[in-house]
Parts: sequence; C-alpha cells; structure tokens
Amino acid sequence: MSKFLEVENLNVSFPTEDGLVQATNEVSYSVGLGETLAIVGESGSGKSVSNLAVMGLHNAGSTNISGHAWLDLPSGRVDLISAKPEELRALRGKEMAMIFQDPMSALHPFFTVGKQIAEAWHLHNTGSKRAGLARAVEMLDLVGIPDASKRVNDFPHQFSGGMRQRVMIAMSLINNPSLLIADEPTTALDVTVQSQILQLIKDLQKEFNMAVIMITHDLGVVAEVADRVCVMYAGKIVETGGIDDIFYQSVHPYTRGLLASLPRLEQSSLGHRLLAIPGTPPSLINLPNGCSFAPRCAFAEHVGSGLCTSTTPKLELKREDQWARCHLGASDVSRISQLQIGATING
Amino acid sequence: MAENILEVNNLKMHFEGKRGFSFGSETPVVKAVDGVTFNVKVGESVGLVGESGCGKTTVGRTVMKLYEPTSGEIIFQGQDISKLKPRAMKKYRSSMQMIFQDPFSSLNPRHTVGSIIESSFVIHGITPEGGVKEAVRGLLAKVGLNPEHINRFPHEFSGGQRQRIGIARALALNPKFIVADEPVSALDVSIQAQIVNLLDDLQKEFGIAFLFIAHDLSVVQHISDRVIVMYLGKIMEMAPTFDLFLKPRHPYTKALLSAVPVPDPKIGRAREKILLQGDLPSPANPPKGCVFNTRCWKAQDLCRTTVPEVLEIAPSHSLACHFPE
Ligand SMILES: Nc1ncnc2c1ncn2[C@@H]1O[C@H](COP(=O)(O)OP(=O)(O)OP(=O)(O)O)[C@@H](O)[C@H]1O
Ligand SMILES: Nc1ncnc2c1ncn2[C@@H]1O[C@H](COP(=O)(O)OP(=O)(O)OP(=O)(O)O)[C@@H](O)[C@H]1O
Ligand code: SF4
Ligand code: SF4
Ligand SMILES: [Mg+2]
Ligand SMILES: [Mg+2]
Repeated sequence: MSKFLEVENLNVSFPTEDGLVQATNEVSYSVGLGETLAIVGESGSGKSVSNLAVMGLHNAGSTNISGHAWLDLPSGRVDLISAKPEELRALRGKEMAMIFQDPMSALHPFFTVGKQIAEAWHLHNTGSKRAGLARAVEMLDLVGIPDASKRVNDFPHQFSGGMRQRVMIAMSLINNPSLLIADEPTTALDVTVQSQILQLIKDLQKEFNMAVIMITHDLGVVAEVADRVCVMYAGKIVETGGIDDIFYQSVHPYTRGLLASLPRLEQSSLGHRLLAIPGTPPSLINLPNGCSFAPRCAFAEHVGSGLCTSTTPKLELKREDQWARCHLGASDVSRISQLQIGATING
Repeated sequence: MAENILEVNNLKMHFEGKRGFSFGSETPVVKAVDGVTFNVKVGESVGLVGESGCGKTTVGRTVMKLYEPTSGEIIFQGQDISKLKPRAMKKYRSSMQMIFQDPFSSLNPRHTVGSIIESSFVIHGITPEGGVKEAVRGLLAKVGLNPEHINRFPHEFSGGQRQRIGIARALALNPKFIVADEPVSALDVSIQAQIVNLLDDLQKEFGIAFLFIAHDLSVVQHISDRVIVMYLGKIMEMAPTFDLFLKPRHPYTKALLSAVPVPDPKIGRAREKILLQGDLPSPANPPKGCVFNTRCWKAQDLCRTTVPEVLEIAPSHSLACHFPE
C-alpha cells in the first residue's frame, strides 16, 4: 500500500552569488494517513526547503528542483514536483496545508480572523458569505478558541501568540486536508502553550485521520508527537526509522551525538558534563568530500582507509525498518560506542 | 556558609506604558518586576526561569543597573547600588558582567574580535599584565577560540563562536558575577552543549557567580545550584535545583515542568501532563490576588483576592502559594 505522501530523491538548490546552495540532497520520506512523521535537524539542514517544495511554494525562477513528491489521491497519484501551478493551487488548502512558526506573518493585520478563515473556505467551496463565516466560527470552536462566535470578529493583534497559532490551524484545516505540514509550529511559543498546541494537533489528527509532518529542531517535541522520524544534516537525511528505534537504538553517529548532548530533566544530570559534538555544520555551498558529518564524527577513525572523507555514504537499511547514511553497520556503531564510553569513564 | 555576592530586596521595576486610548491622566504601567527578593552567593549559579514576558531579562538588566529600579535594594558585595549614579557605578562595573542571548546583535560588526575584547580593558583604564594583546589571546584560548583569529570580524564566526566571543569579553576583567541572559537559546542543539560546558567550566575554575536566565528548564537544571521560578513579575518558587525538579511545591512550577517535552518517548508516554488552560495574562493588567489564579487548577476564592506571600517552607526552599502541593 502506498503512503499518502511519498517524497522521492528530492533535490532543491539555489544559485546564489557565492555559489550553488545545495539545500536538500536526494531526500526521500513518506507519511501515511493517521501517521506523524517528524523531520528534525539543525538550522539550515533543509527541513523547510524540502517541505516548501512539496507544497509548491518555492519561487520557480530562482530555485532548481528535481525529484518527485507523490500525493496518493482517490483520483490517482499526482506528482507535486511536476504539477502545474494551477493544479497545485487546487490541491493546496484542499488536500494539503502548511502552518508556520510565525502565525502573524501569515495573517493579514487589517482583516478580521473570521474573514480570513472564511476566505480559505471560499477558495474551495461555493457558498454564501454567511455560510463561510459560520464555518469559520465552527473551526475556531474546534481549535479551542473560547467565545468563537464573538472572537471571529476580532483582528489578529487582539489574539495572543498561542491563539494566533490556533487561528492558523483553524484556517489550514477548514477544507479537511489529508496532509498537514507543521513547520516549527510551537517554536515561538512558551512551553505551557506549546503543550496545548501539540495536544490540539494530535487530537485533530486523530479526529480527521490526517497525515502530519512535524518539522522541529527539538528532540523533545519529536519524542512527544512522532510515529516515525527523519534526521537531517546538511541537506541530507542521515537516519530514518520508527520513533523508538531512533531514540533507543540509533545507528547514525550524528543522531547518537545529538541525543547524548542533550541536558535532561528526568535523570539527574547534575554535575555531569554534557557530551558535546565538536565543531559546526558545514557550508552548503562547499560541502566536505565524502560524508558531510566526517569533520565532526568521533566514529570516522574506526572506518578503514579514509572512506569517510573520500566516499559519500548512501542511505542504507541497517536494521529492520531503519536506514542510516553511514559506512558503519549497526553492530559496529554499538561496539564502538561501548569503547568510547569506556574510554570516557577511564579518563 | 558562603556570603552573598548579591542580595536583592523587594525589587520593583515598573515601566510607564505608552499613552494609549485611555482617557484621563492614567497611563498603563507594566509591572515587569514586582517585588522580588533573592540572593546569589559567592561562586553560586542561580537559574532564573519562567515564560516569555515574566520579567527575567528585566531582573537581569536591573540588577546590572542598566535600568534605574522603581524601588527596592540591590546589594552587591555588601553595598546598596540601587541608587548609585552611573559614575559611582563604574567601580562595580568590572566585577559584574552580562552575556546576551543574541551573539549577533551584541557584537559590533565593524570591529575585529580583538578590539571588541580589548575595549573592556580600555573602558576601565586597565592594562593587564603582559599587555592587552596577550590578554586578549589568552581570553580567546580560554573560551575555545583560535587566538590566531584575533583580527577577524564577528560575521566570520558561527553563532556558537560568536557566543564564545561574548563570553570572552565578559571574562576580560575577571568578574565575580555574571548575568547570562539566555546564552544558548539562539544556538543550534549540537552547539548548545559546547557552550553549556564552557560556562560550567568557567564557573568552577574561577568561582564566578552566575544568574543564569533561560526558558529551557533542562539547561537550567544542568547548570544551576538553585533555581528561581517567576511568573508575571513575581517569584513563585525558589529552591535548590534538585528539590525543585524532584518535588516542585508550587502549582505553576509543577505545570511548567510537566510541559517540557522530554526527549525520551517511553517516559513521555508514561507521564501525565498538566495542560494549563488559557494563555499568560498581560503584565500590564495582571490578575488580582495570586497572579497565577487564572490558570491554576487549585485556585479558590482566597487566591482571587489575596496575594500569597513568599514563605520559606524548608531550608532555602520558599514559595508563594496558599495551597501548595
Ligand atoms: N531562497 C533561498 N536562497 C538561497 N538559499 C536558501 C534559500 N532558502 C533556503 N536557503 C538555504 O537552504 C538551506 C536550508 O534551509 P531550510 O530553510 O530548509 O533550513 P531549515 O532546516 O528549515 O532550518 P531552520 O531550522 O533554521 O528553519 C539553508 O542553508 C538556507 O540558507
Ligand atoms: N524597556 C521596557 N519598556 C516597557 N516595557 C518593557 C521594557 N522591557 C520589558 N518590558 C515589558 O516587561 C515585561 C517583562 O519583560 P522581560 O523582557 O523582562 O521578560 P522575559 O521574562 O525576559 O521574557 P522573554 O522570555 O520573552 O525574554 C514584558 O511585558 C515586557 O513587554
Ligand atoms: S560515514 Fe563515517 S563520518 Fe559519516 S557518520 Fe558514518 S562513521 Fe561518521
Ligand atoms: S495561591 Fe492559589 S491560585 Fe495561586 S498558585 Fe496557589 S493555589 Fe494556585
Ligand atoms: Mg525552517
Ligand atoms: Mg528575556
């Protein structure tokens, strides 16, 4: 059975004055109805760029895109990458929707939220103004805005950050899309509000059996919402697998490094040094030869004949349903980790 | 028992609001910091946490005397500095320093790293032993930067490296106390740990006292001996780190801790979350009584009328709540 969205070998690059920015490189991922895929990675790793390509939101003139993004519609499979702009317009909002970190930038300051939400409905439905507004109230109510029938007449600045994100969710879901892409939807919010919004997305997903892609840099958020995870580094997916596999038996040294570097609330990490990953991510204009993570990787020296700095690893199946872009096998990685932990403890 | 390097008593910092549409002469006042009392001991690291707008930065900036406090005492090394004028403040400036969240905007883009750090010495008319250049090189090495890069400009460094420059600048005059305002919030996950470790090392090595401001509780837990939790300009709870995280007594602390997403799916699935209703009220118009009462699941009539006092319930553990956990 095919998944609702299947992204295949997506490459997005931007020609700039300094050179070609290879923002995503052979990126493939998929998400099924009712499933949540988290895409996690550091700033600039290509999370937004890949999903903007799926939504057809890149500027065609200044962006090179290749690859496929199949949407499995009842009427047949559609490739979003080669689709015409008017086809995409018909699908956006109706079959797929995206919300962003900063809801204020997506809302018009001079129109009431009701008008803006209704507008999203009118794009794909024929009906009276009154019907549109009634639908807007229904949606505001659904996303937990108290007093929806009154608040529908308010302007965006009259809402708090968390409520604006609720408004965005209401607007993006008004036509019952089957795919919701949420790009750092809670990054600008406080933790107590963040947990409300994450819960809301989970509840709505269940109610409407949506496919959800959650883009985040926060492994805590990933742990909380995801069924499956893609870890991105320097424009590539370096590891992908089920949630528990990624958190408890990750194979890629970068994933392991990230998890080890986190200060944790639950265990008493008081007095322990964090295990930081040395160095910084590479420039996308001038990627290192071989594995992009090699300059920072503590495992590279265990790989023979300079392979890591000469040959780019492919995304390979390492364990059942778990892929990693690394020359090492799963058993090598856990063996070397043991060695390294031993070395740290013994000084 | 170690003595205090800083003692803050009933500190208030109220900002005059903009003259809005309101009639009459009344202008809305933002009570950004509204009567906070705490201390920082010599060499101690105190974390300050709370949600956006609760007054963390304002506490930090007021303690540094970057703002003129509305009222209250700021006793630094035994001397009340709250009313000192800038000139009289000068002799304290070298012992107290600040590190900012945004390493990009806090460094002058037209100055080399060397001259940015040098300026700390110049402003205070101090000539370090062995000369300024040597001292700057030493500082760069201390924060993990290549001393050869002394003539580079801020934009030639990554975010984490720029934060190191900010730290080097703060260390120049051997401060005894540093306010670090969200020093790792703007950094990537893999870089945060590097900076946290660096601050950790510096604190231990030089016995610098820290007021460590952050909204990320896991970072605070890692770096602080004691933690202060603020909400809408007031202190809700204050306790040794271990006690606060293990057994929070204030409902707000409990909710805050429970809202932090943990990077461990099994623990996440097993634990029960407290979902607070509603949003943060505006600090220009805080609720009467306990400021947390509009979102607190334990609120009763008393909470809506009477402000709970901050009481010490155990050694070094105090909180402001009528009905603690
Ligand atoms: N229009 C553009 N022109 C040139 N470079 C671009 C453009 N859009 C994005 N990039 C570059 O592509 C890379 C990937 O960007 P992307 O926005 O996908 O990162 P991200 O993983 O979403 O990061 P963040 O966590 O910061 O949002 C970055 O290096 C970015 O600078
Ligand atoms: N210079 C100022 N003039 C007027 N109001 C101010 C000023 N500085 C801060 N405030 C207000 O005081 C309150 C507390 O702000 P502060 O920056 O101290 O919060 P914070 O806890 O540091 O928040 P954040 O986590 O967002 O940094 C906010 O409502 C803010 O808008
Ligand atoms: S391929 Fe080599 S450098 Fe890359 S992650 Fe694997 S071990 Fe490290
Ligand atoms: S005083 Fe009342 S409202 Fe405030 S935290 Fe305690 S129980 Fe809640
Ligand atoms: Mg992004
Ligand atoms: Mg602040």
